[in-house]
Amino acid sequence: MTVIELQRASKSEQGQGGAGDVPQIRSKNLNLFYGDFQALHDISLDVPKNQVTALIGPSGCGKSTFLRTLNRMNDLISGVSITGEVLIGGQNIYDKTVDVVELRKKIGMVFQKPNPFPMSIYDNIAYGPRAHGLKKKSRIMEIVERSLRQAALWDEVKDRLHSSAMGLSGGQQQRLCIARVLAVEPEIVLMDEPTSALDPLATLKVEELVTELKKMYTIVIVTHNMQQAARISDRTAFFLNGKIVEADETAKIFTNPKHKQTNDYISGRFG
Amino acid sequence: MNRILEEKIVKIFLFAAAFTAVFSVLLIGIFVFMEGLPIFFKYGLTDILFGSVWNPTNQVYGIWPMIVGTIYVTFVAVLIGAPMGIGVAIYLVEIANERISKTIIPAVELLAGIPSVVYGLFGMFAVRGVIASLSRGPLGDVLPSNYQSGYSILAAAIILAIMILPTIINISIDALRAVPREYKEGSLALGTSHWQSIYKLLLPAAKSGIITAVILGVGRALGETMAVIMVIGNTPAVPALDWTGLFAPARSMTANIALEMGYAGPEHQQALFATGIVLFVFIIVLNSITQLLVRRRREGGAK
Repeated sequence: MTVIELQRASKSEQGQGGAGDVPQIRSKNLNLFYGDFQALHDISLDVPKNQVTALIGPSGCGKSTFLRTLNRMNDLISGVSITGEVLIGGQNIYDKTVDVVELRKKIGMVFQKPNPFPMSIYDNIAYGPRAHGLKKKSRIMEIVERSLRQAALWDEVKDRLHSSAMGLSGGQQQRLCIARVLAVEPEIVLMDEPTSALDPLATLKVEELVTELKKMYTIVIVTHNMQQAARISDRTAFFLNGKIVEADETAKIFTNPKHKQTNDYISGRFG
Repeated sequence: MNRILEEKIVKIFLFAAAFTAVFSVLLIGIFVFMEGLPIFFKYGLTDILFGSVWNPTNQVYGIWPMIVGTIYVTFVAVLIGAPMGIGVAIYLVEIANERISKTIIPAVELLAGIPSVVYGLFGMFAVRGVIASLSRGPLGDVLPSNYQSGYSILAAAIILAIMILPTIINISIDALRAVPREYKEGSLALGTSHWQSIYKLLLPAAKSGIITAVILGVGRALGETMAVIMVIGNTPAVPALDWTGLFAPARSMTANIALEMGYAGPEHQQALFATGIVLFVFIIVLNSITQLLVRRRREGGAK
């Protein structure tokens, strides 16, 4: 079963969730170990569809590790073991029957450091669709244009699609990476501190983009920058020492947090 | 004051060491050219380079058979050794777990440490034996009788292929490891399979390094002497240029020099030095290509 089918199947069976919106991602009692070291403790979090969910917290609190459990990137690290569940559209993605490659097609990821491949802008965007078997040139070109437009990069690069992506500025590279993810038509986009390597202007552009993209995608973003979380996210989860201290609507977290630790962190007392 | 003096002494010593290295290359080059050039003037450049008869007793010094033999055997060796070596490197970097690579890597290093005469022995008995039974048996009707001894280009190429493996494996491993981790993560996150990521992203990204590895392998194969002498048959004749040539006994340039220098008269010696010049030029060209590639890779990385 593909993720889409699973989601369709799950939509009918899940009726809960207050507002009528079934959470797109639900982690239940997730624990993650690097060998003997436990990096995530009992993480339970719901991520609603078509919203931006921000994960905040000090360095080493486990927010990036958690993000990477959502598309199973932690599989690449040896010695990682996981207990608990991550349900995406009702299906536990750690189930043995899940095809990780298929899963990752549906869950795109943008990394902290822009990582364009050492090839042309065009080839970067076409990389995913081509790998998934698309050969028709006209169709690939459509996807390239659509993805670059969605990532608000088209006007800047349309005249040099065939020059190296390495020649773009950092901000452009990051938007290229976002476009590359969109080209695969995912349902969820994970972003791991996507603006931490960018200057303020480029950061602003990416933030505008995120706000635009949530209309079509569910976004989970890890950020160090609390102003950023406050600006662009609908919900925020505050991580500390591998645990979620508090997760709620962003407005509540930033104006009226329930926990003292959250308040201390967002008011800049530590972290 | 003392420390400054120390610095100076160390500097001078290191400079001398560096200078000696450069000076040696220069000296060897000059020496080989001085000894070998006269014969080109005497018999003409084309007669020496492209003459297909090597008969020192009658003052006929055509190096062509050795040039063809060397190129043929090197080409086949790389054809076998390069895909294998690159394959091993991909396996070790991308697929093998730590326990397996900890077994394979020392084995590869050991391969590099085996003296070439031992490779020659192995080739002489094991490899040549198999080839001989093939060329006398199923291929017996097709091959000319002097191509049936097993001493052949194929035997030498197989041995050389094994000998260049460590070079190709080690440098390819470095090239693959130099590819930023972020590329692979980015590729996998797009929902590509591991093999697709290797084939479409990792290998192209490591291309210049892998080409360097292959070229260094070519250099190693070109220069190998002892193991080749023991299995190639050492006949100074141009091998057939179709597939039957694989079974032809031939002679490499290195073998030519090593075999005959011991009893050569003055002019014969010059002809052997001329063989050395050709070999020298081959190596210079190869090294220049490598340098060019390395430079391009650095510039590419700096972007």
